[in-house]
Amino acid sequence: MAPAVEMRGITKTFPGVTANDDIDFTVEKGEIHGLLGENGAGKTVLMSVLYGLYRPDAGETYIDGERAEIESPAAAMSLGIGMVHQHFMLVPSLTVAENVVLGREPAKNGLIDEGEMLERVRASCTKYRLDVDVEAPIHTLSVGVQQKVEILKALHRGADILILDEPTAVLTPQEAEDLFRAVRSLRDQGKTVIFISHKLREVLSICDRITVLKRGKVVGTVAASETDMGELAEMMVGRRVVYSFEKAEVAPGEAVLSVEGLEALDDRGVPTLRGVDLEVRGSEILGLAGVEGNGQTELVEALMGLREAKAGRVSLCSTDITRASSYERIRAGVSHIPEDRHKRGFIPDFTVTENLILGSHREARFTRRGFVIDYEAAASHSQALVEDYSIATPGVGTHAGNLSGGNQQKVIVAREFDRDPRLVIAAQPTRGLDVGATEYVRKKLLEMRDGGSAVLLVSADLDEIWALSDRIAVIYEGRIVAVREPAETDETELGLLMTGGRRG
Amino acid sequence: MVGLVDVISLGLFAAALRMATPIVYAALGGIFSERVGIINIGLEGTMLTSAFAGVTASYYTGNPWLGVVVAVLVGGLIGLLHAVLTVKFVGNQIVSGTGINIFAMGFTAYMSQIIWGSRGASEGVRGLGTWTLPVIADLPVVGPIIGSHSPLVYLMLVVTVLSYVVLFRTPLGLRIRAVGEHPTAAETAGIDVLRVKYLCVILSGMLAGLGGAFLSLGHLNLFTRGMTGGRGFISMAAMIFGKWMPFGAFGASLLFGLADALQMRLQSLGLLPPQIILTIPYLLTVAVLAGVVGKARPPSDYKPYKRE
Repeated sequence: MAPAVEMRGITKTFPGVTANDDIDFTVEKGEIHGLLGENGAGKTVLMSVLYGLYRPDAGETYIDGERAEIESPAAAMSLGIGMVHQHFMLVPSLTVAENVVLGREPAKNGLIDEGEMLERVRASCTKYRLDVDVEAPIHTLSVGVQQKVEILKALHRGADILILDEPTAVLTPQEAEDLFRAVRSLRDQGKTVIFISHKLREVLSICDRITVLKRGKVVGTVAASETDMGELAEMMVGRRVVYSFEKAEVAPGEAVLSVEGLEALDDRGVPTLRGVDLEVRGSEILGLAGVEGNGQTELVEALMGLREAKAGRVSLCSTDITRASSYERIRAGVSHIPEDRHKRGFIPDFTVTENLILGSHREARFTRRGFVIDYEAAASHSQALVEDYSIATPGVGTHAGNLSGGNQQKVIVAREFDRDPRLVIAAQPTRGLDVGATEYVRKKLLEMRDGGSAVLLVSADLDEIWALSDRIAVIYEGRIVAVREPAETDETELGLLMTGGRRG
Repeated sequence: MVGLVDVISLGLFAAALRMATPIVYAALGGIFSERVGIINIGLEGTMLTSAFAGVTASYYTGNPWLGVVVAVLVGGLIGLLHAVLTVKFVGNQIVSGTGINIFAMGFTAYMSQIIWGSRGASEGVRGLGTWTLPVIADLPVVGPIIGSHSPLVYLMLVVTVLSYVVLFRTPLGLRIRAVGEHPTAAETAGIDVLRVKYLCVILSGMLAGLGGAFLSLGHLNLFTRGMTGGRGFISMAAMIFGKWMPFGAFGASLLFGLADALQMRLQSLGLLPPQIILTIPYLLTVAVLAGVVGKARPPSDYKPYKRE
């Protein structure tokens, strides 16, 4: 049987970069094939060639054994190739059904045949066992469901080969499990799935075979059953990666952050923090575990002065900061790695230098006569930070938006940690980062802790909480339901606590 | 105070509908343009140029309906210009629209001077006259309000309904909304984004052209300098107030039409200096926008769309 996809000698260069360098890539029919590599390894470019978004400089593509010239996504679709992009291609105000049929709407007398449309889309839902409310507008759906809609859209348009680009980057662990079930079910129905990811664990658990890319080249293809995380990581990064950290024994200090009875509303005005009590001491990392949506986001915002506290008290080293502005909190020694780095972490259209002095820009060292910004001082400061934190950037004058995700995060980390904070609030600090950058950020968090800072680590990634925390607090429905030492608990107990199955 | 009571009459509402008509046309034009992500601030200038073109055509041919056709075509042409500048060359939408407005002021006054020897006004031309609807005109209350109007008033009602149907009931409408809100999603679904944008911006100009034709052929039967008097801008306020929905914009336009009609009647009473009364529709615009803007969510982010 001819393979579903065979790409031979694919080369694609962009000005200054060879994104794909003579790549051979074969996917058998009916398998889930992982495409693994760090950010910038060329995974997405290779798949964009397959999907007709880019034309390769050299190389040939065969679909089901036939030579194919794929010049546009439309051509790819007619060959039965569908792609679910990292950023969803769904129109928020339209319904699920409208998004699925968009561009090929069933019509009667010039008007959209609503009944026919719903019927067809529902039929696809049943056929592919994707359970979604087809009449719901997209913007009312969670990302996990939106992703199902994307998959449904591709299948409805006749895709036999489905490309999923970093599908779990935006999902909670529960949603990811759900996705994996759906993908396995599709494979069992004979569909071919290409799964792009940089997360070893999930690639191992869901894929049949895995191809590893590094710097635009194929390192190798292995069967998932014959490899392990260590081997894959080494193939991907080119060296051994540390998965467990040597944590120095440091005695915790005085309480740095004390939260008592904190209450706050969410964006819709619903009480979401319902009396949070929390203490983070110097030289300790307190991991906050919980299923997303239980108040983590609101807690971080309330601690940073981005959300009004309705009741309760927040103190920093026994100074009341409940009513302090964000700027005052920063000046008082609070650093923040925000959950949504594009929205709150940095400004993509600003240069690396400008981003690195944000929040410190009023300090005397960066201004002349306290009035205009001293760009020379700022540039030499940021040059030093770029070196200290090994931020890969063409220069400090580059727009931060042009850096890779990992390096953008490093810019934020460098800016926040350089302030020598008493308290670090790190929200999902490694989300969407590749193995190398993740390892780096985690190491830095530990360094801050060893240096005496208090660290509040909010993460949806239990492994991360587990690896870094000195104490673990569990948040459920806006309250801290338990605080545990890692040694005296296990995943089962945490899981129960996180889902309200047990009270601390 | 007898005078004030007289102001509130059925005639006032008939006048409100009349005054709302050009605003509705331009607002619908604004909706089509903004629904595909192009701001058309040139509605004002488009209306003015079309008002002029309509009168000119009627002046030379004696046929006001031909004037309407010419006005619509000229509006479409200006729409095409705006589309070429903003869609093809990815120019700044506000700059292009403002250019259209400035051009319209100068061009129409200049041509008016050449044709009629006066910058201020054209000679009178044959207008469209009024239609009187049988049966309906004789009904109580409804009759005096909608019974007898320019045909373009009735056409406006039809166009409003049609706009709604096209936008929310047809495949084209679905594509229009998709293009404005998420062009990349539309493109990956196999829709020709640029073509839909062109179509809608041209349509936007044609609708504003109808508004202009109403002003000069359905209302006054002559062209006067700057006769749009900011109605193009008011229509944008009506569009926003009406949340980019045809019926919403229609309702908002009626409100502005009422203010306009009220203003004319109050002037004739002489209670307040006319300069103050004249400001009523504009003050209402400012008040409405101040209350609504920020809360109203536009159907697009108006970012230029470029293919990869």
